[in-house]
Amino acid sequence: MSDSRMPFVPMDRAAMARRVAQDIPEGWYVNLGIGIPTVVADHIPEGREVVLHSENGILGMGPAPAEADIDRWLINAGKMHVTLLQGGSFFHHADSFAMIRGGHIDLCVLGAFQVAEKGDLANWATSAAEAAPAVGGAMDLAVGAKRVWVMTEHTTKDGSPKLVESCTYPLTALGAVDRIYTNLAVIDVRDGRFMVTEMVPGLTLPALQARTGATLHAGAELQEKDR
Amino acid sequence: MINKIVDTAAAALDGIRDGATVMVGGFGAVGQPDMLIEALIEQGARDLTVIANNAGAGRVGLAKLMEAGRVGRIICSFPRSAGSVVFEELFRAGRLQLEIVPQGTLAERIRAAGAGIGAFYTPTGYGTRIAEGKETREIDGRRYVLEHALRADVALVEAWEADRWGNCTFRKSGRNFNAVMATAAALTVVQANHVVPLGAIDPEAVVTPGIFVDRVIHHDPQAEQ
Repeated sequence: MSDSRMPFVPMDRAAMARRVAQDIPEGWYVNLGIGIPTVVADHIPEGREVVLHSENGILGMGPAPAEADIDRWLINAGKMHVTLLQGGSFFHHADSFAMIRGGHIDLCVLGAFQVAEKGDLANWATSAAEAAPAVGGAMDLAVGAKRVWVMTEHTTKDGSPKLVESCTYPLTALGAVDRIYTNLAVIDVRDGRFMVTEMVPGLTLPALQARTGATLHAGAELQEKDR
Repeated sequence: MINKIVDTAAAALDGIRDGATVMVGGFGAVGQPDMLIEALIEQGARDLTVIANNAGAGRVGLAKLMEAGRVGRIICSFPRSAGSVVFEELFRAGRLQLEIVPQGTLAERIRAAGAGIGAFYTPTGYGTRIAEGKETREIDGRRYVLEHALRADVALVEAWEADRWGNCTFRKSGRNFNAVMATAAALTVVQANHVVPLGAIDPEAVVTPGIFVDRVIHHDPQAEQ
């Protein structure tokens, strides 16, 4: 398969974030992981009330402040300065993770190194031998949130698949992932299978399959012309 | 008259021994009791086990304590972050033992210790490296890992307001691990931005009741600038 033709255009980060944000309904309590998922906050449609949770004890987190309005007491889990919306609240770490593990968070969006077709997630260490990895709250979020969506490039920088039959990197959680938003497609994880429900215009299922390390199935949502 | 307020850093940390386990509140720099950490460097206790979410940044605070060679072991969830240079150096040189604990498990192990719970089953980490060698159990169709309570000899906490009984409030995201750690140590020392008269804190607003607190020292970092 030749890439030189490039009949399709992968989404950039902003487009991916817009695509994820589109699927978050009003009223959900949502935790956005560090890195690319954080960008989703900037693309939630105006007027749609979504309550953002941050592991370090914030509900109702608002956007980054202007330089002059920075409050040294108010950071998010990525240690960036944030603001608090009206109706927001603060709490300690044990309560924060009670919300997470207790199934009170409607959605968590996480980055990934690898996702397996059974929904296993690897997103905290890149090799079993890695000396000092940092897990943070990822394992709690992956098992605790009602839904886990992964947001990631479809392949690594060198073109290796990130969607695989089984993860080779250390696991974050077993069977945790419900849906994957990549720069090429939206893929549901259903009954241990990758179901493609959407692709960027011009991309075909065989072309997507060539960039994927496990068998893809066409979801009913995928229009006939794309198959 | 009960008076937990002490005037000097030396009095605040009096009695901390070599080999002690020390909880340090904060999440990144927010809520990290910097003055008490400085005082601990001054105080001189060695071979410490530190329990904290992070492993310090730059060469100040927790990183400075580690760089001074006073920490033999650290229990944390996210040691590696922008600027965690001292941790990286010590770890690579084999001079620091590391126990990685998922953040929610860390908070709950500390909470359990403060609440008199010996251990608990959590779904976090099941089927991963974190669960290796640990007891697991299926409860109502879900799989759990047994995690034990985590207590300490000393907790160093940063509060916003405190009174002479030790009642504390916290500031915004500065509450984080502070309010949990305050419950889980034999000796809890609070660095308070404001020391207020008894009765000045609305009882409805007290986050950490004084029963959990042994010593309070006033430290207003803004006043130093």
